[in-house]
Amino acid sequence: MLNLSNLSIGSKARVKAIDAKKSVDQRLMVMGLLPGMDVKVVQVAPFGDPIAIEFQGRRVSLRRAEASGVILDLLA
Amino acid sequence: MALLPPLAPEKTIRIALIGNPNTGKTTLFNNLTGLRQRVGNYPGVTVAKKSGLLKLSHGNVELVDLPGAYSLSAASLDERIVVDALSGRVAGMETPDVVACVVDAANLLRNLFLASQAAELGIPMILILNQCDVARRKNIHIDEQLLSERLGVPVVKAVATRHEGTEEIIEAINSVLDRPRRMPVIQWPKSVNEATDLLRTAIRPELSEGLNNTELHRILFDADCAVLDRFGKDTEDIRLYVGQARGLIFKAGYNPMAAEALLQYEHLGRLIDGVITHPGTAKTSRTESIDQLMVHRGWGLAIFVGMMYLVFLSVYTWANPFMEAIQAGILWLQGITEPWFAATPMLQSLMVDGVIEGVGAFLGFLPQILILFFFIALLEDTGYMARAAFLMDKMFSWCGLNGKSFVPLLSSYACAVPGIMATRTIEDPKARLATILIAPFMSCSARLPVYVLLIGAFIEPIYGSFYASLALFLMHFVGLAVAIPTAFFLNKCVLRTRPQPFLLELPAYRVPRLRDVAWRMIQSGGEFIKRAGTIIFAITIIVWALLYFPRTPGVETETRRAFIVEQASVQNLNRENIAAELATPDSDLSQQLEDLVDSAYLEQSFMGRIGKTLQPVFAPAGFDWKITVGVLASFPAREVVISTLGVIYSLGGDVDEETGDLRQAVAKAKWTNGERKGSPVYTMPVVVGILIFFALCSQCGATLAIITKEAGFHWAVVSFSFMTSLAWLGAVLSYQIGIRLF
Repeated sequence: MLNLSNLSIGSKARVKAIDAKKSVDQRLMVMGLLPGMDVKVVQVAPFGDPIAIEFQGRRVSLRRAEASGVILDLLA
Repeated sequence: MALLPPLAPEKTIRIALIGNPNTGKTTLFNNLTGLRQRVGNYPGVTVAKKSGLLKLSHGNVELVDLPGAYSLSAASLDERIVVDALSGRVAGMETPDVVACVVDAANLLRNLFLASQAAELGIPMILILNQCDVARRKNIHIDEQLLSERLGVPVVKAVATRHEGTEEIIEAINSVLDRPRRMPVIQWPKSVNEATDLLRTAIRPELSEGLNNTELHRILFDADCAVLDRFGKDTEDIRLYVGQARGLIFKAGYNPMAAEALLQYEHLGRLIDGVITHPGTAKTSRTESIDQLMVHRGWGLAIFVGMMYLVFLSVYTWANPFMEAIQAGILWLQGITEPWFAATPMLQSLMVDGVIEGVGAFLGFLPQILILFFFIALLEDTGYMARAAFLMDKMFSWCGLNGKSFVPLLSSYACAVPGIMATRTIEDPKARLATILIAPFMSCSARLPVYVLLIGAFIEPIYGSFYASLALFLMHFVGLAVAIPTAFFLNKCVLRTRPQPFLLELPAYRVPRLRDVAWRMIQSGGEFIKRAGTIIFAITIIVWALLYFPRTPGVETETRRAFIVEQASVQNLNRENIAAELATPDSDLSQQLEDLVDSAYLEQSFMGRIGKTLQPVFAPAGFDWKITVGVLASFPAREVVISTLGVIYSLGGDVDEETGDLRQAVAKAKWTNGERKGSPVYTMPVVVGILIFFALCSQCGATLAIITKEAGFHWAVVSFSFMTSLAWLGAVLSYQIGIRLF
């Protein structure tokens, strides 16, 4: 299952679900990342982690391990 | 005469400023309050409390700048401040009369989330649409008239960086004070209300102290909820009810963990429908293009390293002329004060060596603090700091720190005091505390004189300048090598609080406003003087007293007699001639005698006696009593060791690490008693031991004062005991291993 932690750099995907069990998922939702929205990985830090994502014109950095709660559908 | 009626206690009007991070809230706060600001700490947490006075037609109003937050949910004690402050639970702060909510006009919907949560507390509100210029550039148009109608509260447009809208904000506050208006609250589904009621009745009233709906919602919805921390050991019981309450929401068909965000955004979407018009076609923004370079895997790192080098170099070198000027000023002051007290030697010494020296001791830190904070404000206000944290996070996350620890730790190489103050940029309280505790291990510039003296006296003559500079270079990593495992240990065994996510917005790049940068710089300098100054000053005076008292009578005449006898036999003259020469002030001989007398007084002083008494403690490291006194006297400030050793070796107090006399004196020093009598004190294992000791020891009153201020007194005690025992252990180990190898 594709989730935000293994989305490759530059690719875009649509949020299918957020399981929101972790506070980091809840925070992402508060910041405006909701099911049905598009999200893109824009940068990966020099040592492979964290990643920078973009949604709704907002750029946010988070660690890969924290991004696994966001389930995605790949856009063609 | 008629008695005047008792004055009614005047209630201060309080306004709380809330808003998401990066909305220009602090700039707005500065515009509104100007110089009438006060910075303190919230009780029990490491969050700075900023408040200021606002002059209104209603009289004086206190404006409190609450920490930036995306929502009211709080995973840590520090984040709980916003909920606590709005609920009137912070000691000395009642519930605010008005909430002024700052929102980013270019991001209205997402910024209203916090406002909508705050609305449920029922406090009258005004909404400030800030950064309207950015929104305009992005072609986002907001119908503020309609927004104000929909929200039912005054809406003010502002561009804080250009001081636009300040008057209108004050008008809006006045109007809301006259006629309180509130934002419409979300209509929760029945299941959420039932769940909230379940919690309200389940949590025993003596525990809940009448928790309001907002607090109950936090307990209900948040995955990690710091509001629960209030209940101590009853938390586990309450979690049971939270499970039941969430079950109610689940049965109604919602994911209880995601429900709040989804419902709030649905509510807000309806509320502001039609308020915003924007083209919707997103072109590549300026921020996006800059980030292509700034956070690039290769280039980004190179730019970061270059930038940090520049910051470090500036803190290190730009501060120098100012520090020298301050030192010169202190010397000048000492020079002119000395004659005033010539009649009372004790008062003279107290003023010159105690008071003025003590003031100088903390003023000397100012240039570095100001320069560092200038750069930090610049990096933060441009938006680069978040990128730096992004680049560095991986290097620090494994030992419990995060990317934001980098700048404070690097700064600590110049001086730990500004470094520790700079940890305020770290939001995660655990990472912040760990950074504060390891910052003093970084090899600060005050350690340099000790390294230069010992390496110059012992390593350079034997091994040559190549190994001497190598040794000097390596000494800068001793602290770091100890600090990293320390952070790891702290994280695993001591702090053990819930791990904080590293969720960080990368804000749009902005041109910083010089006024705000200067303001940050001046504020941090002022705070340092006000808060750390007194503690540093007190420590300096105490050590002065220990070095000065008791002035045992007879020390001077005894030393003089012995000196005359010695000189007479050395120079083959009779004692009268020597005595005559000593009567001439400023002659070589009288200078020598003066230094000898100082040295004898030091040996007789409390500090000298303590040194001799404690010497057995340091004996396993090969220290004699003189080194011990040097170590003890330099606890307020490690660089003092040079002048203390100068006095001990009868060279006068005005020596520095480059002085050949002191190098020769330590190189020639021999044990005067005991089994090692006649053998040199400073053997290689002892020298290495002293170097290690000074690299690790907590010998800085200013650092301890600033730790007390930023994290609390008990952490300063922990830092002091931990570093000092580690230093002792390091010195003993290197000595003991050294004597077995060589």
